Amino acid sequence: MKVKVLSRNPDDYVRETKLDIQRVPRNYDPTLHPFEVTREYTRALNATKLERVFAKPFLASLDGHRDGVNCMAKHTKSLSTLLSGSCDGEVKVWNLTKHECVRTLQAHEGFVRGMVVRYCGASFFTVGDDKTIKQWKMEAMGYGEEEVPLNTILGKTVFTGLDHHQKDGVFATCGQQVDIWDEQRSSPIRSFTWGVDSFSCVRFNPVETELLGSCASDRSIVLYDMRESMPLKKVIMTMRSNTLCWNPMEAYYFTCSNEDYNLYTYDMRYLQRPVTVHMDHVSAVLDVDYSPTGKEFVSASFDKTVRIFLKDGGHSREVYHTKRMQHVICVKWSADSKYIMSGSDEMNIRLWKANAAEKLGVLAPRERQAANYSQKLKEKFQHHPQIRRIARHRHLPKNIYHQTKELRIMKEARSRKERNVRKHSKPGTIPVVSEKEKHVVTVVQ
Amino acid sequence: MKKEGKKKLFYGSAGNYSVTTISLTAHACTGQFVVDKFNMAKVSKKKVNKKNLKKSFELTDESATVNEHVVYDDDEEEQELNEADENITSEEEEYGCEDDRKRQKLLEAISALGGKRKKRLGERSEAAVQMSEFTVNAEGEGDKIDLSDLIGTMDKTPAISAKTKNRLRKLQKSKKTIECPLSKQETERIQRDVAFQKAATEVSRWDGIIKQNQRAEQLVFPVNQEPSGPKPMERVVTSWKAQTPLEQEIFALLSANKQPITDPILTPTETASLKAMSLEEAKIRRAELQKARALQSYYEAKARRERKIKSKKYHKVHNKDKRKVFLKQFDEMVKTDPAAALEELNKMELARMQERMSLKHQNSGKWAKSKAVMAKYDEGARKAMQQQLEVNKELTQKLITSLNNEEEEEGVDVEVMPDFVNDAEQGLDSSNPWMRGKLSEDHTEKEISDIVDLSAEGAGVAENTAEEEEDTEKVEETEEEALLREFDSRRKLRQAQEADVVPVIGVDGEEEEEEVVVENKSAAEELDASDKEAEELTEFTSLFRGIAEQAEAAADASPSDTKTQLDEGLMRIKTLEDVELLSQEESAPEIASVQPQPSPATENLPHATQQGGKNRKRKRGIELKEVLTKETKVIQVPLAPTVEDKEDSDENLDQRGLIKEAFAGDDVISDFLRDKRKQEDAGKPKVVDLTLPGWGEWGGMGLKVSRNKRRRFRIKTAPPPPRKDERLPSVIISERKNSSISLHQVNSLPFPFENHSQFESIICSPVGRTWNTERTVKRVTKPKVVTRLGAIIEPMAREELMRDKNHGSAGNAK
Repeated sequence: MKVKVLSRNPDDYVRETKLDIQRVPRNYDPTLHPFEVTREYTRALNATKLERVFAKPFLASLDGHRDGVNCMAKHTKSLSTLLSGSCDGEVKVWNLTKHECVRTLQAHEGFVRGMVVRYCGASFFTVGDDKTIKQWKMEAMGYGEEEVPLNTILGKTVFTGLDHHQKDGVFATCGQQVDIWDEQRSSPIRSFTWGVDSFSCVRFNPVETELLGSCASDRSIVLYDMRESMPLKKVIMTMRSNTLCWNPMEAYYFTCSNEDYNLYTYDMRYLQRPVTVHMDHVSAVLDVDYSPTGKEFVSASFDKTVRIFLKDGGHSREVYHTKRMQHVICVKWSADSKYIMSGSDEMNIRLWKANAAEKLGVLAPRERQAANYSQKLKEKFQHHPQIRRIARHRHLPKNIYHQTKELRIMKEARSRKERNVRKHSKPGTIPVVSEKEKHVVTVVQ
Repeated sequence: MKKEGKKKLFYGSAGNYSVTTISLTAHACTGQFVVDKFNMAKVSKKKVNKKNLKKSFELTDESATVNEHVVYDDDEEEQELNEADENITSEEEEYGCEDDRKRQKLLEAISALGGKRKKRLGERSEAAVQMSEFTVNAEGEGDKIDLSDLIGTMDKTPAISAKTKNRLRKLQKSKKTIECPLSKQETERIQRDVAFQKAATEVSRWDGIIKQNQRAEQLVFPVNQEPSGPKPMERVVTSWKAQTPLEQEIFALLSANKQPITDPILTPTETASLKAMSLEEAKIRRAELQKARALQSYYEAKARRERKIKSKKYHKVHNKDKRKVFLKQFDEMVKTDPAAALEELNKMELARMQERMSLKHQNSGKWAKSKAVMAKYDEGARKAMQQQLEVNKELTQKLITSLNNEEEEEGVDVEVMPDFVNDAEQGLDSSNPWMRGKLSEDHTEKEISDIVDLSAEGAGVAENTAEEEEDTEKVEETEEEALLREFDSRRKLRQAQEADVVPVIGVDGEEEEEEVVVENKSAAEELDASDKEAEELTEFTSLFRGIAEQAEAAADASPSDTKTQLDEGLMRIKTLEDVELLSQEESAPEIASVQPQPSPATENLPHATQQGGKNRKRKRGIELKEVLTKETKVIQVPLAPTVEDKEDSDENLDQRGLIKEAFAGDDVISDFLRDKRKQEDAGKPKVVDLTLPGWGEWGGMGLKVSRNKRRRFRIKTAPPPPRKDERLPSVIISERKNSSISLHQVNSLPFPFENHSQFESIICSPVGRTWNTERTVKRVTKPKVVTRLGAIIEPMAREELMRDKNHGSAGNAK
């Protein structure tokens, strides 16, 4: 009689080495794993809840300035370095990892209006209310040495903004006009004017590096090409734009922060209407900066909050605020897209996480897998009301909350009135104007 | 205080005025003094005022009286003073020069004072870098410059060539004005527009990359990361050189043979080939080639096999097939590619000609002769010869192209038409004898099967047959043999019948009818056939009418049968409605003309037509009813009830019945009630049977589960709360909707999805590791944006664009 013996191939269940993880045979028969949707829903709900639990975006506050922080600059080569200029003309260089100031210098008399680090990271430029442009060495002076700028240019008027070219020794300032300077010369190589007004901000396009955009006080945004002698185009909006920022990954998109509480993303080729109107702030938006991935941007507002928007999202995905933070004047997104720096009126620079619930530091592979999975689940079930409710819940200071409500009521009332007027007038006489078109007055060629 | 000030000013002005007037008159003596005074006036306004004041007191008395009327504005006065200052200060240096010049200057200054006051522009009190372009004034304004002034010097200078001089002279003579250039604003605008267009196109180059990134499943930042891992030595140490003689020798050899030195160990040719074809392409190409080769070998093998087959029959059949296929292709070719078809045709024609010329296949060869000898005895030989002849026939047959065919087909169609028409009509109405049956073949059969006739009918029938005979004669004259044969046979049959019929009398009426009908019909159809044309229905009916009359005439002879037949006809009418319809149809013109009164001989005819008409009528009636469904309106008008109304009401009644009939299938109310009951039943709690056989007792076939167990394991759930629509008979309120669940459900379709099924499919497909393999999970859950910790993400660089372009071009090349 033959005896049949159960035989298994040890390759199927034996580890090659002791350090390998145990082999786990799995059976993917769906009947063995029922209720997949409900189980995943529960997981998604838990993940969402945990995300809210772990959402602690505030990392550090850098104090040391003796006046409000008016401008900041990212170091182009070092992630841990941040420069900030205050309203009393003082410039500070910070080490972000240590949360400490490494260098202080009295750069200007009056405000430090603008600041930018040269593309090589060896020096930086500042402009101030004292009508000067100064170039400074990035390295700190030796002990006992006096802080002396490498180069000083005396201008005729006050400069209000400054930006440096991505690759060349060329920078742009704005004040009564937009000037393009060669680093080697003491007079601008080119000046752009278009009517007499003052400009508040000028920015180089980081991708198409010869293009510039500027915000003027006559409520317009003007585009320039460095190689041309004339400005390119100008769009006039209902209210003044404070700053603009180009998308670092998408050459023709830029976003401007406006006095009318909104931000507008434009395609520079079609200025007749913005691509997206970003709403949520309840006061003038003072600064905007893109994430280096070009997917999101952060905005600072006079309403004492910092908000993060998706580049094509009409509303913010995140709002940051603390009890002590006053009007936020400047904001920057760090070059590794992980952090956000905000400088505010009450002399502090704050360091935030870009993703509030993200774990900092290196993730173990399994940890990363779990994070990815839960992220996917959250995404998958994001439309379910319970999950959405939790995911979207944010605490807001009372005054902002009430102001938001008030604004909403006002908006509703306005739209209602418009509707009524339309209803009681001859059809076709009052056209429906979309929100995007409302804010553009005209485009000037 | 203010008043005092004003007064002061007034005096001041008066003084000023007086000074000027006096200086005009008493210039020689006090000129010096006046100038001095003016110089002093330059120092300060106040002082000037004071001094003027003093002077006025010193000098004239009468001037005061005059000047009291003149009141100047403070500003104007100032301005005047300033002007005076300027004019005079310029002369200050030549203080001690001749009096004449001084006098001249003074005069000028004074004239300027007294003359028209031109407001000077271009002075701005505020400090500003920029001056407006609108407030510029040129020096020497008012002096006109002529072209001649400028050119005037030309003649004198010898350096200018005569040619230019000539041209200039011409220019001077010509009166044409040059178009004025565009205004500054406009030119600027145009420049801006052009510059913007340029920038926009430049920026639009990024469209592809941006779209691609937006669509990408995963983006990894920084964009162009260097691959991790060990780098080749050559890349790390760039300045390494061969130093030892051995090394140098080796490298010399390598370079001489164009062998690679650095890491990708490939010769230039290899790299070129790699560039030319990517791995994937090469794989695809190889697969294609393999396939082609395999196919070729299959075909070759097949052909070889086929060639080896010795059976002649096989080859014959094969060739025939081939020819058939070829002909089919040829037909198609005629339609699609006439030129090629013509060529083929020519080829075939040529082959035919050759065949006809040659003696091949003509049974004239050696082989054929030998066979002919054998043919007498050997069947095989005969067959072979026959085959050869067939081949010849086939080959020499004239080709019939579809082009030629068409006409023939048409001819055939003409022939076919009547048959076709008849067939179609046959199906229409079985009760109509004229529509029933087919062509005459059937009738002959029928006639054979039931040889029945009436004695009375004989005459009519005879007439019919006479007619037929006439027709057939015509046919014989003109038409084909087949038909002729048919008719002949039929005639013979008829004659035989007639001969038979005479003794047979008193058969069933029905049979008679049928017979007659058949006769008539056959006659008509024979007519039809003989004409060989598609006869119109009208002709048909007219003919038929004639026949009917004849039949009538014949029928008169036997009136006795009519009653019974009529009764029979009435018997078929079942309801009152039918009777009405009958009366109606009698009034119908067609049938009336055919049959004013039911006649005994053709009684079946009206009957049949009645039936047919009935059907038709009924159909029409239903249609009418469908149209007249607004019966309520008719009822709502009670006044002036006319005859029509009455009829209407009758009709209405009918309509109602008909509508009921029409909608007999769908009873809405009972359907609804059934639905409701169904829903209620579904909502009722069901008994859950959890009994398992064999547990706790004996199991097996035919054993019942014990009552005890059943009681224990059949679970009855509690009855649900009463339905909401319990008391509402005409409402179904669904109990299925659960508000507690709907709180967790998505109640509107989220944005990117287009329909519910899409969304559901996304939700229903699990992503976890419990349901998917490791690899799938990794793929599904990979994050959209990946950034490296501590890496600076640079903005998109222009090189990316170039890289993308290269990729694109490579892709296009593929």
